[in-house]
Amino acid sequence: MDILQNLINGISLGSVYAIIALGYTMVYGIAKMLNFAHGDVIMVGAYICFYAVSKYQLPPLVGILLAMAVCTVLGVVIERLAYKPLRQSASLAVLITAIGVSYFLQNAALLLWQSDPKNFPTFLNGIFGDKGITFLGRSITGTTVVTVLACVIIMVALTAFTGMTKMGKAMRACSEDKAAAQLMGIDVNRTISMTFAIGSALAAIAGVLLCSAYPQLTPTTGSLPGIKAFTAAVFGGIGSIPGALLGGLLLGVIEIFAMTFSTELSNAVVFAVLIIVLLVKPTGLLGKQIREKV
Amino acid sequence: MKEKSSHKRLTSNLITYGIVVAAFVIVQVLGATVGLSSSFQGQLIPICSYIVMALSLNLVVGISGELSLGHAGFMSVGAFSGVIAAAALQQAVPFAPVRLVIAMIVGALLAGVAGVIVGVPVLRLRGDYLAIVTLAFGEIIRNVLQVLYVGVDEAGLHFSTKGEAALQLAEGGRAIIKGPMGATGITKLATFTAGFILVLIALTVVLNLVNSRSGRAIMALRDNRIAAESVGIGATKYKLMAFVTSAVLAGAAGALYALNYSSVLPKKFDFNTSILILVFVVLGGIGNIRGSIIAAAFLTFLPELLRSFNLDKWRMLVYAVVLILVMLATNNPQLRGFLDRIRGKRKQEGEEESTHA
Repeated sequence: MDILQNLINGISLGSVYAIIALGYTMVYGIAKMLNFAHGDVIMVGAYICFYAVSKYQLPPLVGILLAMAVCTVLGVVIERLAYKPLRQSASLAVLITAIGVSYFLQNAALLLWQSDPKNFPTFLNGIFGDKGITFLGRSITGTTVVTVLACVIIMVALTAFTGMTKMGKAMRACSEDKAAAQLMGIDVNRTISMTFAIGSALAAIAGVLLCSAYPQLTPTTGSLPGIKAFTAAVFGGIGSIPGALLGGLLLGVIEIFAMTFSTELSNAVVFAVLIIVLLVKPTGLLGKQIREKV
Repeated sequence: MKEKSSHKRLTSNLITYGIVVAAFVIVQVLGATVGLSSSFQGQLIPICSYIVMALSLNLVVGISGELSLGHAGFMSVGAFSGVIAAAALQQAVPFAPVRLVIAMIVGALLAGVAGVIVGVPVLRLRGDYLAIVTLAFGEIIRNVLQVLYVGVDEAGLHFSTKGEAALQLAEGGRAIIKGPMGATGITKLATFTAGFILVLIALTVVLNLVNSRSGRAIMALRDNRIAAESVGIGATKYKLMAFVTSAVLAGAAGALYALNYSSVLPKKFDFNTSILILVFVVLGGIGNIRGSIIAAAFLTFLPELLRSFNLDKWRMLVYAVVLILVMLATNNPQLRGFLDRIRGKRKQEGEEESTHA
């Protein structure tokens, strides 16, 4: 077993999880809901990019931007139609609706794009030539480099965005206390829409990165990585941006190492980690303790 | 007043039992006189096991108020342990109905054990976290079943995770469960009558639990956990009671389901099946026992109906849309207020009548 090679693969996979987990964590932090359909937005983004690049021969960058645009609109529309009317409802109702949306996206994709797996173009691998770059004697593919870089850039940009811009501050205010934020003149609905827009655009990027590493694209491509990324978000402490990064990376590394022992049971190991984390520290590694008021 | 409400409850329960018995009688009479199409006949036993699944999930989602997304996991535990029990007892118990009952009991017990193992840690969590952990457990159960190999010979059962050859079966032995290939060579034991009896048992268990002291404690915990705990209701005990009862029923339903086919894949009991059962519960009305039965029966039969109209492709999409619309409609304050007004009016009229009489 090559530990260093596994570590590199783990960080690469973990970076994708981290980007997906960001979408979960931001939405959960602000709307206090588990957006179950997030994983399927990833799948839609990957399909858009696939068709743009493979079928219509557009440059990859245009394909990625197009996927981001479509997913942003999709995320905002989903929020407006399905989640906004339920803002005051029980969390059970919202979760079931989110599952319904997830199901809808998967089956709509099945009708639109059929169930046969599509071979996602590996344009990211060609960035540093055919061999990729060598690092400590291991060759690293272009996809891995781009994935890790994208993850770092997104993290830095998001931290700056939530910390310094007016919209970012509004987001933090909404996640602390929606009613108080509204009294301060913050448009809560617009802030939530914005959160969904950012989360969905990130999902599109994650979709492209995921399918570049694992080029089999089907309508259910997004669901398992989506659930695992949610696991990562919970692992790191849901609602926390650095938590999503930490959780994603750890989960990716754990999964790759578990795979070297048993391919079939690697998912079971990932979910067992989730259960243990939740039992030992229900708020996750970097999460805040919330006290329940009577 | 108290007598009146218990009388009303009895009537409502009797109607529920009546619907189930009437459906059974009608199907039997139709089968004997007109004859049923083979596709419909093939759906009868799955309908029974899905009704039991819906009833048992409603116990968790509706009565206990916790969302479980891994209910198919318990079904698969029941299915595979039931198949193993039935195969192991092939010689010892030659009479098929007895073997079926034993298989269902074994399936129910093992699913109950799984329910305790899952429930004790999971029920400490709340809300979305609980839902996601049940999902995780469902996936773990499926993953483990996919690497499990079980065989039987004269010496008894053999277990392995390495492959069929690692079972080291003696001459004349055979593998019952072959990892990702699932259970194969199942002797078909399930009958519609057995399914009907299982539905009745499940219905009795659920209705009696709901209307008992424990049931009221479970519902009190659902409505306000802190208030219920402060009057001395132990949350873990009652929540676990609902969860394990639910798992036991799901196990029996799983055994019935598996023994209706010649082979069953572990993949059959994945997340989608859990969601399908949740759809039954939601569309039937969360917490509504009669609704679960009707929704499960109707929605299991619906694909057959749609297939005959060539609409099968659209079925899952329609499910998704209906699921979203039902949640939006039932949580719409205006619509709810409107329905309450109609109901309130009817109630008032009823009360007036009863005072006149």
